[in-house]
Amino acid sequence: MSDFLEQLPIVFDALNEGFLQTLKLFVITLLGALPLGLILSFGSMSKFKPLSGLIKTVVWIVRGSPLMIQLLIIYYFPGIVFDNNIWGSGLDGRFVASAVAFIINYACYFSEIYRGGIQGVPVGQQEAGKVLGLSKTQIFFKVTLLQMVKRIVPPMSNEIITLVKDTSLARIIAMQELIWAGEAFLTGSRGISGQIWPLFFTAIYYLVFNGVLTILFGKIEKKLSYFKV
Amino acid sequence: MSLLEVRNISKSFGKVDVLKDVSFTLEKGEVLSVIGSSGGGKTTLLRCLNFLEFAEKGQIIVNGEVLYDGVAVNDKKLRENRLHFGLVFQNFNLFPQYNVLKNITLAPKLLKKGTDEEIEADARRLIERVGLSDKIENYPCELSGGQQQRVAIARALALNPDILCFDEPTSALDPELTGEVLKVIKGLKNGDSTMIVVTHEMGFAKEVSDKIIFMADGIIEEMGTPDEIFNHPKSEKTKAFFSKSLENL
Repeated sequence: MSDFLEQLPIVFDALNEGFLQTLKLFVITLLGALPLGLILSFGSMSKFKPLSGLIKTVVWIVRGSPLMIQLLIIYYFPGIVFDNNIWGSGLDGRFVASAVAFIINYACYFSEIYRGGIQGVPVGQQEAGKVLGLSKTQIFFKVTLLQMVKRIVPPMSNEIITLVKDTSLARIIAMQELIWAGEAFLTGSRGISGQIWPLFFTAIYYLVFNGVLTILFGKIEKKLSYFKV
Repeated sequence: MSLLEVRNISKSFGKVDVLKDVSFTLEKGEVLSVIGSSGGGKTTLLRCLNFLEFAEKGQIIVNGEVLYDGVAVNDKKLRENRLHFGLVFQNFNLFPQYNVLKNITLAPKLLKKGTDEEIEADARRLIERVGLSDKIENYPCELSGGQQQRVAIARALALNPDILCFDEPTSALDPELTGEVLKVIKGLKNGDSTMIVVTHEMGFAKEVSDKIIFMADGIIEEMGTPDEIFNHPKSEKTKAFFSKSLENL
């Protein structure tokens, strides 16, 4: 027991560091994937068939294959095929490669949510904008956008909570995130080895963070509850 | 010169000819009602006038200006063309995220039709005209169908269209709410608005219209004054339509 109490601060130190990396990957992924997803959703709805076909194929591949494999391919492919590891072997390179994989992966999921949100807005709304002489851009930003946002908050919050936990997949290319930090105490780290319990504690981090996000999404939903779509 | 001249409009969806060579004219201040069975092309005619659909051939001329000649126009011209017409939809299509005032001021402000103060004062006058001054801050979800439709009418009027079109404005309403909307439309007639009303409300059409068009199978089967159409219909189809309508009463 006294061992445990001595090890606890060391473990939390390591887990905190790992969580910081997790958080960083989470934030960067959102910053990249939220706008990229919107662009992809417009592409997939394009009347220009080659473009929409291409986007739909990409979305199929990215959603249809494991993110873990995508991480491995993005990190190792340039080095193996072109003999040029563009990411470098340092921690920064692993982080950037992870961020790229996550942004592409999540942008594809988000694009489908956006598409559902946009197509879910009744066509009469666009027509009302048209007969009032508004341009397509004005109709999107002043009529469609907020109605779309309201529609996509529930599926988006689902996806974003999944993202929090998915960040742990980045340890496959040795990005030192939260679970990686907990797992290190099995093999040995900071003078502790053969301990499984630090891994259990990682769940608390995810749980608390997702709790905060859940409250946040609840607030957004409430803020948009003044109108019905 | 007529305010509106529609010449030989034809429109098909796939293999179905919805409008076949439709022509008519409308003078300033006149009210035209378009009646007929569902699927006769009434709504499509209105949608072509508002450029939500595009006729394959034919001309739409307002005040002597040819707005449409069977060929696509660029986006800017299209938006200018649309402003000659206003459209009130069957399902209102108010913007749910904006209150009554903003629903009405949104387009005039975006199109810079005046200063914000002018536009808002104008909107308040229109809201008073449709009898909803006490609902100015309310959101569409807080209004009855009849109230929503009256807001939609005010929204269309805010852009001062040459011709205001109504696409079955009371069809989505509970029977006890149709009266308030029809009353507002009647009120506009006295205000000198030029209107085209697609409607199934025969009593209303008879009372308010200067001119009636009876449409069947994509053509104007009969056109005339309310008295001519309702009391002395010439076409067999018109007669059959009325006898069916009366059966349903």
